[in-house]
Amino acid sequence: MVTSLINSEKRQVSIQVKNISKRFKTRKNITEALTNVSVDVKEGEFFCIVGPSGCGKTTLLRILAGLEEQTDGEIILSWHNPERPLSTMVFQEQSAYPWLTVEQNVEYGLRLRKVPKSMRRQITQEWIEKVGLQGFEHHYPGQLSGGMKQRVAIARAFANDPEILLMDEPFANLDEQTKILMQQELIHIWEGNRKTVVFITHSIDEAIMMGDRIMMLTAHPGRVKQVFDIDLPRPRNIAEIRANPHFAELFTGIWGLLKIEVENARIQNGH
Amino acid sequence: MAQAFEPPAMPANAHQVVRAPGAVTGIKQSRLSKATRDRILQIGSPLGLLALWEVIVLAGMVNSRFLPAPTQIIGSFWNLASTGLLYLDLKASLYRILMGFVIGVVPGMVIGLSMGLFPIVRTIFDPVVSATYPIPKLALLPLFMLIFGLGNLEMILVIASGAIYLVLINTAAGVLEISQIYWDVAKDLGASWWDRFTTVALPGALPLIFTGLKLSIGMAVLLIVAAESDGANHGVGFLIWRAYDIYDIKQMYVAFVLLSLMGYVFTVVLNEIERWLVKWRNV
Repeated sequence: MVTSLINSEKRQVSIQVKNISKRFKTRKNITEALTNVSVDVKEGEFFCIVGPSGCGKTTLLRILAGLEEQTDGEIILSWHNPERPLSTMVFQEQSAYPWLTVEQNVEYGLRLRKVPKSMRRQITQEWIEKVGLQGFEHHYPGQLSGGMKQRVAIARAFANDPEILLMDEPFANLDEQTKILMQQELIHIWEGNRKTVVFITHSIDEAIMMGDRIMMLTAHPGRVKQVFDIDLPRPRNIAEIRANPHFAELFTGIWGLLKIEVENARIQNGH
Repeated sequence: MAQAFEPPAMPANAHQVVRAPGAVTGIKQSRLSKATRDRILQIGSPLGLLALWEVIVLAGMVNSRFLPAPTQIIGSFWNLASTGLLYLDLKASLYRILMGFVIGVVPGMVIGLSMGLFPIVRTIFDPVVSATYPIPKLALLPLFMLIFGLGNLEMILVIASGAIYLVLINTAAGVLEISQIYWDVAKDLGASWWDRFTTVALPGALPLIFTGLKLSIGMAVLLIVAAESDGANHGVGFLIWRAYDIYDIKQMYVAFVLLSLMGYVFTVVLNEIERWLVKWRNV
């Protein structure tokens, strides 16, 4: 079950997480969210993180994005081309600006980076089409469904063309059909450009379908439980991959471990 | 088992509930559309009130000296308008209101946005705003008269002092109401503080900014009457005080109508600008 992809061995390291800990101080007590998390994410790798709710997955991603600061430890990110942004995040909740049209939302990152207008428009149009929002360029998010709004946020992140893409359960709030379509779209887009992706999900299925590797965090406070290699062939197809006997094997193995953590999390919450 | 499904017969004593158009809304389909009906009612209700007013006064049920009939007020209006006095009054008041509005609203918005955006600015300004906001703006009038003398400046500043708070408080609240996710997105995409000011704080707070603007312009109309009680030679507020001095109550009513028209026009204009600027809200 745990075998490595040959090409992933040779790749350079994109993100080095070294002994990251995060403690939140409230007035009364100190809560430990992450404890000694260490992992290397390789260049061009689709890296998934799973773990029970409250294990600090999102906190880790926010630390990687620079939206929050770790209490201890170090993160080393390799930044090859300073003309491109280092990382861009896709958030779990609705994050398209309601006061900007679809087009203005998608080009927002480019506008902040002062990319010339003609180039901006071209990139924006390309991504609007890739996520299937053509014809909605001048609509406001208020006129779109939840799935379409999330596609705006995804297009905004991709159009920004970062070296590292951070995705925090981007499909968690979508209905099942839209989710499957979006997963397939994301796999397709990623297999086309092979960015480094750190992808948080609470769905083992999703992690196996999308990822090259899966890191499982323990129940609160989050520690690395295990890292799994997903040696399923690419290009992947959402509909077919479930039928792969190895898929079921991976699922059973991962769920066996995750179940223990989920139960631990429930015991903690019971106190 | 392969029997055709037959619906059971309805028991003889069961009631039937029929849902037809109009059954839920309670509105029978009529010849008038809802919009047309509302328009007729909107125009009809004030006209009906005016007619009732006219009848009550003409019937001698009230003292027409204190409550002149609408037709008498219109007569007085034409008298004042034909001498050109009304035009001067209107012009003088509009100038003071608009100047005071702009002088109050612009810093109000800038301070309000800064308070919403920067906790340090909020910490500094919050006690000052809370302490000075409750001072009745009219109480400042005599002070401003002493400092700036009788004239336009003193009146403009009283109006500005009324406008600034309402815009400032609403703008700051508007910025604070913006969901954290939108700040995170801006930060993640590398927005500078100026970017956050112009692309998140300002558009996000705009709906509440407009609430503040509309309250301010109402406050300006309210303050102009008191401000023009002294030191003015023209003005709609001045018209009221002059009418008081010469005991011509019909003229007072002319001023009342003008004030209410002014307030109405300001609100309509602001609503139109809002609809245009805050397009995303009405889609």
